[in-house]
Amino acid sequence: MVGWVSQCLLGGAVAFAWITGASAAEVNLYTTREPGLIKPLLDAYTAKSGVTVNTVFVEKGLAERVAAEGERSKADVLMTVDIGNLIELVDRGLAQPVRTEALVAAVPAPLRDSGGLWYALSMRARVAYADKDLTDTALTYEDLANPKWKGKLCLRAGQHPYNTALIAHFIVKHGPEKAKDWLTGVKANLARKPAGGDRDVARDILAGTCTVGLGNSYYVGLMRSGKGGPDQQKWGDGIKVVLPTFAGGGTHVNVSGAVVAKSAPNRDEAVKLLEYLVSDEGQGLYAKGNFEYPVKPGAPVDPLLTALGPLTIDTVPLADIARNRKAASLLVDTVGFDN
Amino acid sequence: MSVTVELAETRAAIGSGAADVTAPRLRAAPLAWAAAAVALAALILSPVASLTLTAMQGSGEVWPHLLAHVLPQATMTTALLLGGVGIVVVVLGVGAAWLVSAYEFRGRRLIEIGLLLPLAMPTYIVAFAYLDLLHPIGPAQSGLRDLLGVTRPKDLLLPEIRSLPGCVILLGFVLYPYVYLPTRALFLMQAGSLIEAARILGRSPSAVFLRIALPLARPAIALGTSLALMETLNDIGAAEFLGVRTLTVQVYATWINRSDLPGAAQIALVMLAMVLLLLAIERWGRRGRGYAGSAQRQRSMARHRLSGALGLAALGLGMVPIVIGFLVPAAYLVHSAIARISRLGFPHGVIAEAGNTLLYAGLGTMLAAACGFFVAAAPSLVSRRFGQGLIRLAALGYALPGAILAIGLLGPLTLADGAVSGVTTTLFGTAPAIIGVGAGGALVVAYLVRFLAVGVGACEAGLSKVPGSLAEAGRMLGRTPIATLLRVHLPMTWPAVLSGALLVFVDCVKELPATLLLRPLNVETLATHLYGEAIRGTYEDGAVAALLIVLVGLIPVALLLRLGSPADTRAQNGP
Repeated sequence: MVGWVSQCLLGGAVAFAWITGASAAEVNLYTTREPGLIKPLLDAYTAKSGVTVNTVFVEKGLAERVAAEGERSKADVLMTVDIGNLIELVDRGLAQPVRTEALVAAVPAPLRDSGGLWYALSMRARVAYADKDLTDTALTYEDLANPKWKGKLCLRAGQHPYNTALIAHFIVKHGPEKAKDWLTGVKANLARKPAGGDRDVARDILAGTCTVGLGNSYYVGLMRSGKGGPDQQKWGDGIKVVLPTFAGGGTHVNVSGAVVAKSAPNRDEAVKLLEYLVSDEGQGLYAKGNFEYPVKPGAPVDPLLTALGPLTIDTVPLADIARNRKAASLLVDTVGFDN
Repeated sequence: MSVTVELAETRAAIGSGAADVTAPRLRAAPLAWAAAAVALAALILSPVASLTLTAMQGSGEVWPHLLAHVLPQATMTTALLLGGVGIVVVVLGVGAAWLVSAYEFRGRRLIEIGLLLPLAMPTYIVAFAYLDLLHPIGPAQSGLRDLLGVTRPKDLLLPEIRSLPGCVILLGFVLYPYVYLPTRALFLMQAGSLIEAARILGRSPSAVFLRIALPLARPAIALGTSLALMETLNDIGAAEFLGVRTLTVQVYATWINRSDLPGAAQIALVMLAMVLLLLAIERWGRRGRGYAGSAQRQRSMARHRLSGALGLAALGLGMVPIVIGFLVPAAYLVHSAIARISRLGFPHGVIAEAGNTLLYAGLGTMLAAACGFFVAAAPSLVSRRFGQGLIRLAALGYALPGAILAIGLLGPLTLADGAVSGVTTTLFGTAPAIIGVGAGGALVVAYLVRFLAVGVGACEAGLSKVPGSLAEAGRMLGRTPIATLLRVHLPMTWPAVLSGALLVFVDCVKELPATLLLRPLNVETLATHLYGEAIRGTYEDGAVAALLIVLVGLIPVALLLRLGSPADTRAQNGP
């Protein structure tokens, strides 16, 4: 009886080892990026390298899951959007330093951690969507608080990471007091409650609800390319897109990025995957699949994005923006931005 | 020994639960049940305990900020949302249940089943669909402008769906089946004789409804409304999308935007305490009232026949919730799915995702329904006091926002994993990689903890209708408590148990935050696929998955259709 039971258990353990055993040619990716978005990239990588990429799309709680799994986690690469989320993975001790020539050569210094703990993989600018009839197209973020826009502004929630990062950027630029005045002014200009997503800004401009708003640059590509269907193409084509800047500075840019997990069972494969993602081919797929700006200088940019004009990135370091994320989020509540 | 004494002894046995006066050889059974009940209680408590530990790591710095800038507005918004949705679900749910139980009209059968359909709709998808349809440049308003000869959207301003009232109406029309289902089951089981007696005594239909049916159905209405309101409170997708800033939105802002999980856990636990308090108040409000029927076979009430214009009016009335809560968003999904398939073909992998969905939701439902019946019966099976405590406890998983519950489960689940791996390492010198989270076990456990309340509620409402005399008779005939439960109670409460399982199943199919967080590598379900597409804005790609969610949700509705008929036949043929 005892022998039989232990045999069964042993059989089970062998089966588990077989199921979970790490073969040389696989890498496990935990990602907050949507499967439909990164799957083409990963498929291309598998086709090229023969390495299987196992993925799980975890939206909220990526850091918590990896932390709970601890040393026995299968995670090799953790991929997320927003610099705040990226640096949180590092702050929680979930990343390990990685430094290879290929990575360092491909990713410019401001877009990676100096110690190799995180790497940006793609960029997106926070751009202005505007009514086609708008003639004055030189726009600063500061200007959004100008009373001339009263009742003409549409935004998604201030507590959304895309807006929180912009507000954090403003805090770094001008200090918390000015940021508060600015956000209060922006709030006063809103045509409707902050709601929906970035594309709704385009749709509401088309409906005449508002004249100007903010949205991420890749949505312009997604809408105008027709990838989101004919309705969205109509929204994208119906608006004018402007690259705003900070007064005397550049445009606010956020990133998607990745870290190699601290306890990565397939560390070498993890590094190879990162190197692929920042290669010309990988960067080209980011541009083609999701209309993101490449981090690698000289990598191809989709024509729908080049049509927006040259992108001048503001010089505030990403890490400073991440550090002010909490203050920005509290400020959103303080001025009642989302109420 | 006289019969009276025996009866008294049996009563005492049922009351205390522990002693068994009938058969010594079955003494071991209550202990096993008690152990099972304790294990279940520990499982339900584990995420709350884990969250409490997390909350205690926080400094409490979150509160001054919340009190000054968030709570005044968020509490008001939340209260208005809950109040509004509460009114809508009670009016629609009870009204619809009464309509199909008390009246006979052409198309009644269809309405009876159709009223369940909104259950299959994830709330955030309904929000997306209606915003697309009702947006100033969407088809509805464009059509209206054409009709009126207005050219610019600005010149015809209609109420905005992205608002608190819009959110109340959308959530109400999707969530009312939580009230409709148990209330209808109760009207089905309820002694028709009481209602008929009232009718014979010349009471008007409205008096019968208000004075007899409504009070009798109170446990079911309370159950359904509390489920719908907990869904509302924990909803994040629809509320956030429609710009309604509830307390739950604040939990997420604190956690995600400020990386302050302890603070978020504190807010979530305070909200949990409030929910439990409200539930307790409701229970206290109907304390000491018995809702049991008689031991004779129950008879559904005879339906009042409506013909001609009245019948048509009844049909039209019954159609309203179905059209708003299901047909319109479903038609939108069909339209989008056709557009997607004609442009890009059938989405790859969606059939495998449907398989995953059925697998995990099926396992979760079986577990939650079985445990639900057990928990609902625990007061008579284990001990009255402990059993009732367990019933209260079962609400915990449903009263927390899904993602917060999932976070709370992470710790206990990985601990259990670690323990298993420790044992296998000792025995075999090798440890499997993460099993629970890695192999999907975590998902099934999460579904159990999250939706146990739904199963318990339905079973409890059903069991409350079983007269104590039947249990006593079973015990006197030498049956063990569990045999009495399975042979006497289960057949009598079958509609309620099954309706509970149906709700759990549909909930599991739609469940999102825990599924996202706890599923293994390479496993997508319909809900995670749909969500991944929806947040990218590629609705069309998600539409096929959304339709499949609805189709998978229709399976239990079809089951319920079969369940309804034999009960009716039985009622008509009599014992």
